[in-house]
Amino acid sequence: MHALTIASLTLLEAVRRRLAITVGILTLIIVALTSWGFYKLATLAGPSGHPLSRVELLGATSFFVIFIAYGFSVILAVGASLLAAPSIAGDIESGIAHAILPRPIRRSELLMGKWLGMSVLLVGFSAIVGAVELTIVAWITGYIPPHPAAAIAFLAAEAIVMLSLTLMCSTRFSAITAGAIALVLFGLAWISGFVGMIGTQFHNRSILNVTTAISLVLPTDGMWRSAVYNLEPAAVVAAARANVGDSVRNVGPFTEAEPPPPAFIIWTGCWTVAILVLAVWSFNRRDL
Amino acid sequence: MLTAAIETLSLVKRYGSALALDGLSMTVPRGEIFGFLGPNGAGKTTAVKLLLGLAKPTAGEGAVLGAPFGDLQTRRRIGYLPELFRYQDWLSAREVLALHCALLGVARADRDQEIQQALTAVGLAARADHRVGGFSKGMQQRLGLGVALLGRPELVILDEPTSALDPVGRHDAREIILAIKRRGATVFLNSHLLTEVEKVCDRVAIVDRGRILQVGRLDELLHGEVVRVRFASAPTEAVKTLLAQYGNAVQKDGWLMLSGVGVERIPDLVERLVHTGARIQAVEQSRSTLEERFLEVLEEDG
Repeated sequence: MHALTIASLTLLEAVRRRLAITVGILTLIIVALTSWGFYKLATLAGPSGHPLSRVELLGATSFFVIFIAYGFSVILAVGASLLAAPSIAGDIESGIAHAILPRPIRRSELLMGKWLGMSVLLVGFSAIVGAVELTIVAWITGYIPPHPAAAIAFLAAEAIVMLSLTLMCSTRFSAITAGAIALVLFGLAWISGFVGMIGTQFHNRSILNVTTAISLVLPTDGMWRSAVYNLEPAAVVAAARANVGDSVRNVGPFTEAEPPPPAFIIWTGCWTVAILVLAVWSFNRRDL
Repeated sequence: MLTAAIETLSLVKRYGSALALDGLSMTVPRGEIFGFLGPNGAGKTTAVKLLLGLAKPTAGEGAVLGAPFGDLQTRRRIGYLPELFRYQDWLSAREVLALHCALLGVARADRDQEIQQALTAVGLAARADHRVGGFSKGMQQRLGLGVALLGRPELVILDEPTSALDPVGRHDAREIILAIKRRGATVFLNSHLLTEVEKVCDRVAIVDRGRILQVGRLDELLHGEVVRVRFASAPTEAVKTLLAQYGNAVQKDGWLMLSGVGVERIPDLVERLVHTGARIQAVEQSRSTLEERFLEVLEEDG
């Protein structure tokens, strides 16, 4: 029950500190700029001197949507860390925790309340931005990704993975250190995704094992790839499958040939629960 | 029979190699204002944190209102003003109080009245809807006192409650503390402002380096009169030996102070001092202040 009080307090803080309005305005600017880009794509002459054909336009749009989604996923992941890093550590440093925790509230309730409040912010932000951007893209170019809701859900899940990890670090470390740890691990997972492609190309089992292990330790890159798979038109997926080890596979983190294995999705859920249990355990043991 | 408000037995708290509490044992009776005094770094705030469950003792045990430290249900019956604290500066004073009412489980129907009473008690009724971020330190401390009063707690723990208050604020805080006692609750007052403590406390513990040096009722602790003697020249060994028979003499600002020497013994003391050849410039008799007693106890401890 107290977790809900803390969650609503977290949402109120986002409004009062003008986080919601600032992010809203910045997002509008991004959406306006990308919309302008898609409009230009739909109306400008291509290499042949004529406007792009319908097939060319849909193909180009599908790639640009994935690029934009990539930028958005980084904003979400970094944003989740920025939100979570000072949440527990900052409250301890400022003395807010010393005023709240002597009340009849468990530390787990405080932590889960903050997690819940920030999760609502991140999921809400993902859903609104994703829906607005994809609606505008569909309106201008006529392109609709195959599974937009699933793609947005995976992007939000990536943010929640980052949120949970940073929150756990925030129970032990200062805000700046907690944020740094989470972002370095995020970068590591991203690099590991690249290295994994090299492993695939050279059929190197040991590289693949290491990258799989890293993607299990921090499933952010896996969540991103799951989002990519749900944004790709069927033709791109077919090309990626047909050219394993070929150029399409080399596009980088913007193409994914296989759907996310259900086991990986279940693992990510269990991972998040385990990280939160660890966060509660760590917070409970900490002297304030 | 009701247990004591606070009871600790040989509490030890280590932070790495630093020893913050070194076997702290004390009993705080119910219904009293208990002053917990000590110099900076004596372990006062650490002790409070252990009582509230914010930190865990390395060794030792104790109870607050008859329950283990940090017990969730018991925390409903405790009001607390932390030493270094901040409230959410993006909330208004009324909203901070409402948040604490919610956490305390005060019935919704009673919250408005509870909040209004607290605001009035600490003199913040006119600023109730202003953001805490715009409050001075003193006003934040008033708000902290208001938060500590919510839910009519049986035990109110105040950690340096008047450090940021002006003279009017200190007077108000004293009245609030006395009012808490009048309704039968216990106040644990952690402070180094000795004059404040002297004005309100029934019982006092002097703590240094994590242990209690002296504890008792205030009147017992001050044990009555103090005689100060000023010598024209440095006291000789003979003088010091003589003074030792009357008690522990403490030197301060050129005066030698002797506690616990009754009025009737002063002529005898002066006569014997003169007899040793001491040249006396002045002799004064006064009631010892808590500050003097405090310094004396710390000095005795070395």
